[in-house]
Amino acid sequence: MKENFKSLNINSTLYKTRLSRKFENRKPYSIADQGLVRSFIPGTITDVLVKEGQPVKKGDEIVVLDAMKMRNRLKSAIDGVVRKINVSRGDRVPKGACLVEIG
Amino acid sequence: MALDKKIRELQEKREKVLLGGGEQAIEKQKALGKRTARERIMTLLDEGSFNEYDLFVEHDARDFDMDKKSLPSDGVIIGTGTIYGAPVAIFAQDFTVAGGSLGLMHSRKITKIMDHALKMRMPLIGINDSGGARIQEGVNSLAGYGEIFFRNTLSSGVIPQISVILGPCAGGAVYSPALTDFVFVVDNISKMFITGPEVIKTVLGEEISMEDLGGARVHSEITGNAHFFSLSEDECFEQIKKLITFIPWNNSRKARMFEPAEPRKEFNIEKIVPEDPTLPYDVKDVIRAITDNSDFFEIQELYAKNMVIGFGRMGGRTIGFVANQPLEMAGVLDVDSSDKAARFIRYCDAFNIPIITLVDLPGYLPGVDQEHAGVIRHGAKVLYAYSEATVPKLTVILRKAYGGGYIAMSSRHLRADFVFAWPTAEIAVMGPEGAANIIFRKEITSSKDPDEMRKRKVEEYKEKFANPYVAASRGYVDAVIEPSETRKILLHSIEVSEHKEISMPAKKHGIPPF
Repeated sequence: MKENFKSLNINSTLYKTRLSRKFENRKPYSIADQGLVRSFIPGTITDVLVKEGQPVKKGDEIVVLDAMKMRNRLKSAIDGVVRKINVSRGDRVPKGACLVEIG
Repeated sequence: MALDKKIRELQEKREKVLLGGGEQAIEKQKALGKRTARERIMTLLDEGSFNEYDLFVEHDARDFDMDKKSLPSDGVIIGTGTIYGAPVAIFAQDFTVAGGSLGLMHSRKITKIMDHALKMRMPLIGINDSGGARIQEGVNSLAGYGEIFFRNTLSSGVIPQISVILGPCAGGAVYSPALTDFVFVVDNISKMFITGPEVIKTVLGEEISMEDLGGARVHSEITGNAHFFSLSEDECFEQIKKLITFIPWNNSRKARMFEPAEPRKEFNIEKIVPEDPTLPYDVKDVIRAITDNSDFFEIQELYAKNMVIGFGRMGGRTIGFVANQPLEMAGVLDVDSSDKAARFIRYCDAFNIPIITLVDLPGYLPGVDQEHAGVIRHGAKVLYAYSEATVPKLTVILRKAYGGGYIAMSSRHLRADFVFAWPTAEIAVMGPEGAANIIFRKEITSSKDPDEMRKRKVEEYKEKFANPYVAASRGYVDAVIEPSETRKILLHSIEVSEHKEISMPAKKHGIPPF
């Protein structure tokens, strides 16, 4: 076969083969940053309850995400200070978007 | 002449109903590259074999001015006929009548023909082309869907059930095809989804076209919901007809015997598989090198390509083939390929089709995404399906069979009837490189030249385990055979297992890892 095959490593052996689109486009796993408040579902931001520079405690409500007719109040997972707010009221956000950064 | 008059009356009534939704609606249908429901049935079935029932059925809905609307045949055509002489029951939704929407009488027509199919033990073909539930009929239309799903489930494993998606099939309607054995889709015509692009946009703000959300390619390549992809309705009908030749009419029969034929000369079984286990080749060529006429009818060709499944014939009998595909993802087992193989194995088992498994795999695909997607549960489906299957199970280990992959791919331990291995087979816990790294870790790391030492140890391991003879010495492999002997020995195995009978422990049903 004269095709340009790629390599796939299974148990230290490199196999010459084609790679599926699904495999090539897979998202590399990274450890979740607890300080990032993310949308767990796509929706609309109906309220931002904090300001940049504001100290917050674990469990404080940060933003309100309206999705599937439910108002979800997203909370901080850590104690810290609001470093950056990436959204404002009325924004539509996809799933997994970083809404607010706390550090 | 009163009789003449009555007959003329019947003819007039028929003609009126046969026009379906009228000329305008038919023109619209044709502009989309679609045939009308009756044309579809006529194209698919043997000429002149179709008998239609319930032509004059009408709805009796009254709300929302429905009492003023007449819907010919209530938007669905049912009947029986033959395909290459095989009896089939068929329904086809008529999009020209109220968008093929499903109301109570429409659903009763479908369930009537489903009941016939099950009673008469003949295959059921459903042609789906419908906008969905007839909203004006409210819960009656939902009841209709439920009655259909229930019958799909009752019939599952008793009669072959085939779904043909020739238009939209959205919302709850998708679950009937999903419960059937084989789903046929046509590029640019088939559309299947639970919630459409409109709803997704309003609720979630995501924009996507119908084609990208649930078109024929999506279901053939990504979701695995469809089994056969084609570019036109004509090609789709040819595929259905071909499938019908491979499968039995019901679960108490065997598939029809055909005239045995030799494979074609251009598929030389001795020249297909490279000796080096890391090099790819197309396993479909191996299948074609052993089947009658080198014919192989592949199922889910575009989905999880690292696993190849489909029908071929050997000695005139239908065989279900399951094969690792080294050409794609090195032939690994993963979530999708396990799912694909397991379902097909159960199909073959339900319909008395012997299974030939061709093994050449490095093991399971490593990765966080695989583990998190539940490769444990999905991988277990393959073990379950092979273990449970009581049809003749023949296995040929072509090259590598490592670790859990060896066990899963119809090994002796899951009660394969005959296990053969080529001299190129390597049956071991893992490939030589990985194994040497673990077994000889100390020797390698403490050596002055670790690379050289690793090479030596890999060779040592290869010598010892990278062969079929250790497994053969335990009787896990019944015979080590030359590639050129494969067809002959498989033909013999199929023949001697023709009347295979084993009993399983009595149970209501198992709990497969769905």
